[in-house]
Amino acid sequence: MATPAIPDHVSRQIAATPKAQLVDMLYQMLLGRRYEEKCAEMYALQKIGGFCHLYIGQEAVAIGALSTLRPDDLIITAYREHVHALVKGCDAGRVMAELFGRRDGVSRGKGGSMHLFDREKGMLGGHGIVGGHIPLATGTAFAAKYQKKDVVTLCFFGEAAVNIGAFHESLNMAALWKLPVVYIVENNRFGMGTAIERSSAIYDVAQRACAYDMASETVDGMDVLAVRDVIGRAVGLARRESLPTLIEARCYRFMGHSMSDPVHGHYRTKEEVEGQKQQDPIKRYFEHLKAAGLADQALLEELDRKARAVTDQAVQFAEASPEPSADELYQDVYAEPYGPYTRSEQ
Amino acid sequence: MAVITYRDALNQALREELRRDPNVFLMGEEVGVYQGAYKVSKGLLQEFGPERIVDTPITEEGFAGVGVGAAMAGLRPIIEMMTWNFSLVAIDQLVNGAAKMLYMSGGQFKIPMVFRGPGGAAHQLAAQHSQSLEAWYASVPGLKVVAPSTPYDAKGLLKSAIRDDDPVIFMEGETLYGSKGEVPDEEYTIPIGVTDVKRPGTDVTVVAWSKMVTVALKAADTLAADGISVEVIDPRTLRPLDDAPILESVRKTNRCVIVEEGWPYAGVGAQIAFQVQQAAFGDLDAPIARVTGLDVPMPYAKNLEHMVMPSPARVVAAVREVLYLD
Repeated sequence: MATPAIPDHVSRQIAATPKAQLVDMLYQMLLGRRYEEKCAEMYALQKIGGFCHLYIGQEAVAIGALSTLRPDDLIITAYREHVHALVKGCDAGRVMAELFGRRDGVSRGKGGSMHLFDREKGMLGGHGIVGGHIPLATGTAFAAKYQKKDVVTLCFFGEAAVNIGAFHESLNMAALWKLPVVYIVENNRFGMGTAIERSSAIYDVAQRACAYDMASETVDGMDVLAVRDVIGRAVGLARRESLPTLIEARCYRFMGHSMSDPVHGHYRTKEEVEGQKQQDPIKRYFEHLKAAGLADQALLEELDRKARAVTDQAVQFAEASPEPSADELYQDVYAEPYGPYTRSEQ
Repeated sequence: MAVITYRDALNQALREELRRDPNVFLMGEEVGVYQGAYKVSKGLLQEFGPERIVDTPITEEGFAGVGVGAAMAGLRPIIEMMTWNFSLVAIDQLVNGAAKMLYMSGGQFKIPMVFRGPGGAAHQLAAQHSQSLEAWYASVPGLKVVAPSTPYDAKGLLKSAIRDDDPVIFMEGETLYGSKGEVPDEEYTIPIGVTDVKRPGTDVTVVAWSKMVTVALKAADTLAADGISVEVIDPRTLRPLDDAPILESVRKTNRCVIVEEGWPYAGVGAQIAFQVQQAAFGDLDAPIARVTGLDVPMPYAKNLEHMVMPSPARVVAAVREVLYLD
């Protein structure tokens, strides 16, 4: 049987999705790319400090997944989450202000790159301990069921997190209690510098769901419509039947693990990275839209200009935002006013 | 006033708060069908049903994190640790999750929840089941740590902990569950962070919490026979610590002994001693003394276990030491 020029899932999604949304997804991918490129620049200029993990190459996962949600759905992520936050609706300027450690940041400058939170937008945080946030997503799903709300939680983490206990404990409870949560493994093949083949007894991550009798699917994470297709089904299962799913999205990061790490070196070759870049998810999506007659080069350039402009404005906003004042240091340690604990601090 | 056990006082607090607020639920190992490993949750499944009294697998990190996530989503979870020893496999959720969420989210996500269960040694449970972990949790900004010594305090403080908007580490005394005391028939709460004088005295201040209050009171009885008047002070809450009554007492007695079941190194007593010497150095007539669990893992042998645990005799000796009587 001949392979169709346009895969089934692409035709299906293009037919079923409003054109404006399809175009917006292309814009979101471009915004994610330009935003992260700007973050790399700002990191080099030391405007951004600490650990900073960029999403370049993996955009199709967050954009495809979040395209299936309602605004009141919730997401919880690991620490490579700038783009998830933007796509969930967080203000680009306030996210950049957070990365700059400024008062107008989404977490008021207290969280930084790894801890972007926005309650209004259903962004329940970037979290910095690998796998530690998976039980939290299980908990928000537990709460949705308890409150009899049809809200769905998406939980994003890397493939390296599936070897930590919290992952297994969470999947067991979610399956046992039938919780409305979708666990999305962004399998970019490397936990920092350790390839999955060197860290995991099973390379097929989705198989992990078998142990918990949970639905699972593997998807090409470099194909945004494939991600949308698969996650859409999982979100539907969660919303309508209150059942969890484990999704493995196979993707690739074009950058190093964090800004402090090399793109290639001991753990992967330059040739491998360059080869993967041929599968650039933005390019692939553009080609799909072009083939369907929904986008052309002029539109791509227009959207790219908008993405660059929003990114530049975000930087300007962050630059203009003041540093947090010293009197904010002890704010929000507790819900009630709180001062230094020991006298030596007073 | 009724005389009831510490266990029943806790049970009443849970029941009253579950009735008061539908967002409150209890989750943990054996809390439902089994009626609680220590029977603190006896009868709650029957009254509130399995949606609110949730039996879990043995998966402490998992359900501790489920509690934190549920709190982020607006519920008020009570997470039972069958004993605090088991919290060590869940500590990432307590320290990196519950304690820091409000701060690192810039004030957006309160974590109104309680982690509760028994702590401390019981009888010959050996090294892994006989620990007092107050100092571990009390060192973490963002957590509150409560360790009541009487049925009255246990009920009033647990009710406050459940209503509190911050994560509260509520450490019950494993060997206190059967102890009895007066508890009012009418509803009451005790605010978190208020120190209580358990026995007034004039010669020496003895600071103790949880079951060490019992040890201190026994020592005070013995010393009273020798004409020594001991003031026993129970902070009840270890974080935030209400040190004003302790300082007031030390300024009166000029002597201070701190009794702690946990290990001495970097213990809560070390922090209290620091605060006392800093604020009341000039009032002290003797160095502060500490009576603590000895600096070893808990041995199984009964005689060795008795050597490790603070005893009334060791408190008596410490009091006589700060009075320069021996």
